Amino acid sequence: MRLLKLVPDNTNIGFVRLRFWAFGLTAFLTVLAIGLVFARGLNMGVDFVGGVMIEEKFTSPPPLDKLRTVVDALGVGDASLQQLGDANSVSIRLPAPQSTDDAATNKLVKQVEVGIAKQFPGAVSTHYDTVSGKVSGELVRNGILAVVLAVLGIGLFAIFRFEWQFGVSTVVAIMHDVLMTLGFFALFREYLEFDLNIVAAVLTIIGYSINDKIVIDDRIRENMRRYRKMDMREIIDLSVNETLPRTVMTSLTILLALVALILFGGHVLRGFTAAMILGIFVGTYSSIYVSSSLLITLGLRPEPEVEEKSKSRAERVRAKDLP
Amino acid sequence: MLDFPRWKVTSILVAIFVLIAFAIPSFVPESRTAGLPHWLPQPRINLGLDLAGGSYLLLEADTNELVTSRIEKMRDEVATEMKRGTAPIDIGDISTRDGKISFLLRDVTKVDAARERLQTLTNGAGLTGQRDWDIAVIDSSRFVVSPTDAGINQAVNQAMDDATDVVRRRIDELGTREPTIIRQGKTRIVVQVPGLQNPQALKELLGKTAKLEFKLVDQTADPAQMLKGIAPLGSQILPYPGNPAGLPVIAVKRSVMISGDQLTDARQGYDPTSNAPDVSIKFNSQGGRKFAQVTQANVNKPFAIIVDNSVISAPNINEPILGGSASISGSFTVDSANQLAIALRSGKLPITLKVIAESTVSPELGKDSIHAGILASAIAAIAVIVFMFVTYGRFGVYANLAVIINVFVILAVMAMLNATLTLPGIAGFVLTIGTAVDANVLINERIREERRRGRNVTQAVELGYKEASRTIFEANVTHAISGLIMLMMGSGPVKGFAVVLLIGICTSVFTAVVFTRMMIAIWLRKARPADINI
Repeated sequence: MRLLKLVPDNTNIGFVRLRFWAFGLTAFLTVLAIGLVFARGLNMGVDFVGGVMIEEKFTSPPPLDKLRTVVDALGVGDASLQQLGDANSVSIRLPAPQSTDDAATNKLVKQVEVGIAKQFPGAVSTHYDTVSGKVSGELVRNGILAVVLAVLGIGLFAIFRFEWQFGVSTVVAIMHDVLMTLGFFALFREYLEFDLNIVAAVLTIIGYSINDKIVIDDRIRENMRRYRKMDMREIIDLSVNETLPRTVMTSLTILLALVALILFGGHVLRGFTAAMILGIFVGTYSSIYVSSSLLITLGLRPEPEVEEKSKSRAERVRAKDLP
Repeated sequence: MLDFPRWKVTSILVAIFVLIAFAIPSFVPESRTAGLPHWLPQPRINLGLDLAGGSYLLLEADTNELVTSRIEKMRDEVATEMKRGTAPIDIGDISTRDGKISFLLRDVTKVDAARERLQTLTNGAGLTGQRDWDIAVIDSSRFVVSPTDAGINQAVNQAMDDATDVVRRRIDELGTREPTIIRQGKTRIVVQVPGLQNPQALKELLGKTAKLEFKLVDQTADPAQMLKGIAPLGSQILPYPGNPAGLPVIAVKRSVMISGDQLTDARQGYDPTSNAPDVSIKFNSQGGRKFAQVTQANVNKPFAIIVDNSVISAPNINEPILGGSASISGSFTVDSANQLAIALRSGKLPITLKVIAESTVSPELGKDSIHAGILASAIAAIAVIVFMFVTYGRFGVYANLAVIINVFVILAVMAMLNATLTLPGIAGFVLTIGTAVDANVLINERIREERRRGRNVTQAVELGYKEASRTIFEANVTHAISGLIMLMMGSGPVKGFAVVLLIGICTSVFTAVVFTRMMIAIWLRKARPADINI
């Protein structure tokens, strides 16, 4: 049987040669992403801004205009409606009730449910969330802290295991990934809500993106030892090309899994999966063009002294990994 | 690396079989496993509320209230302590302003005696080495007793532990299935009740402190003054919503005749004369004696029955009540009487709890999510398996076997840890399927490379595993770092995702590296191929 080879043997693409173009494009896209976040803002879920989210399931896709009139007529405050992936489901977001009575939110949910059922027979509320301003503030803080800690922790690990240049280039590349994801959510704010699940997605993207970078960095380090006289640019090109089949294979398998999830996994996970799919592309791109090429700019070169150090480290690891 | 001794093969296979066996109970309905002997381990994965349907409530305690009531209690103790014994110490009015207790000593020579008496009221605060109250003397005659941070922390901690118990008892009274009640952080309690659709009753029940007190009514108070909130000395004004006299407030003596701490039972019943719903209560023997005493001493005087600082009714004591039981009547409905009975029965909440976040998922949505999750996982698995096979042939089959085993192993570990599977957790599964093969991709690509460099089959496989293992280790560590952070910082859904991710990282090293290496080693030894198709 002839096996599938996605990347032909001895592929040699001059990635490093293209790096200035890539840097320009990366910088442009990153600025664009930041601009989008500031100009359009993120469509924050109730987790992050507080309030009440009611998910209503209808018997047939409801006309949003009519639904909006119905909800507005209830006098429950400024409502924002959003059709969920499943066309029969709509999320209705409302400000939290002013009353300090604990049961006030239940009354509000009931009121909305009954009010809607009058106009749309068969509609039921399948899910609702209430988050107070206090909790949402903490969730925002924890979310930001989690992302910062993840970036720092992984950067430190890279510095500890490799040279400092690897740590710096990895952190820069991850920040690029995170900013791109935020920009993506700002661009599609009409369709995608930014909630707690997306923070999990961002952390996972960080994890995968790092995975990719570690594999390439590992190969660069190995080749630095193997070809002591070789120019750094050639080493990086060689390493990226050598690991290219793996990069493509892994990205494709994960994408296959994610596509299955976005098509069949139900609307609750849609935002999460969309973020992950974007993250796979962005992460793979940044592994090749941001972090690897940045190593040259940061002045990494195969010096004898550095070589000895990393070699002894590698030996230690090998002894530990393979009993 | 290619010589796998028989014992190693056996132990790996045994480990896999045992783990798969542990995953099985989660797939079998509970009714089927119930008949099995008890000693047989039956670990089971819990379904999160997003899959099972139900309500989640996050409660937060109001610590300010606790701090204030603690100071008031201390003030009473100080007053009693100073009056105690044959040589009482004469003091001025006790003020509780700015969260501190302060009073003036009338006789300056008694400073030391007063300090000694106050000292007996303080205790060590846990293991901090601090006292729970700080005593200071200003201008040689003014005592200031202020709560220390350690003391407040201890009191809050104790109150939260008690509150968690009370909440658990009250929810158990509702008769719902397997509720989870966990204390979270310093002042919060997480309540998860699977299957509960309308948490309104639950919230109303939890909103009750159920502090029951009996106090004598102060009949000397002037209604006009009472409306302004001014009470006679030694009395206080309390709301009385159902007052037959029409006044929304009533004046009662500050000192408590008897409190609800000494109840043994509370039930909803009916008033024999009017047939209106009421709550009948029973005191323990000590409480019953005291109740008999105070009613004997106050015949023909009205007393107020106070729940959560609001007067329910103020009946007249027609005759001494000696039996140790009484009934509380007011403007109750059956439901509200029953709620009060449950609240009284489960004990007083030492601290007021407020709902600060809640979420309810209907079982239908949960079912839809499970179906969607299983469908997506199955399709993802099939797609990945086909892809791996057409790319790596025999080596892909080994990797696929490893992935399938890995799914079962993750389920088994989750069941053993009693972990909860949430919808994001299912996403974690799907992603693990995608990434678990990454280790095999790394290994197989390395083997391909080594073959291209002209190494023989054994050498190539050996080097492939050796070189790739280092990369796999490093990649997994970074991955685990982000997983751990999610577990620590995340709440609810994010945690569910992180659990699956972390377990998947650990188990995939075993299945994707150790297990596949064993399979390949066995095959290479048997077949001794001169070339491999990879």
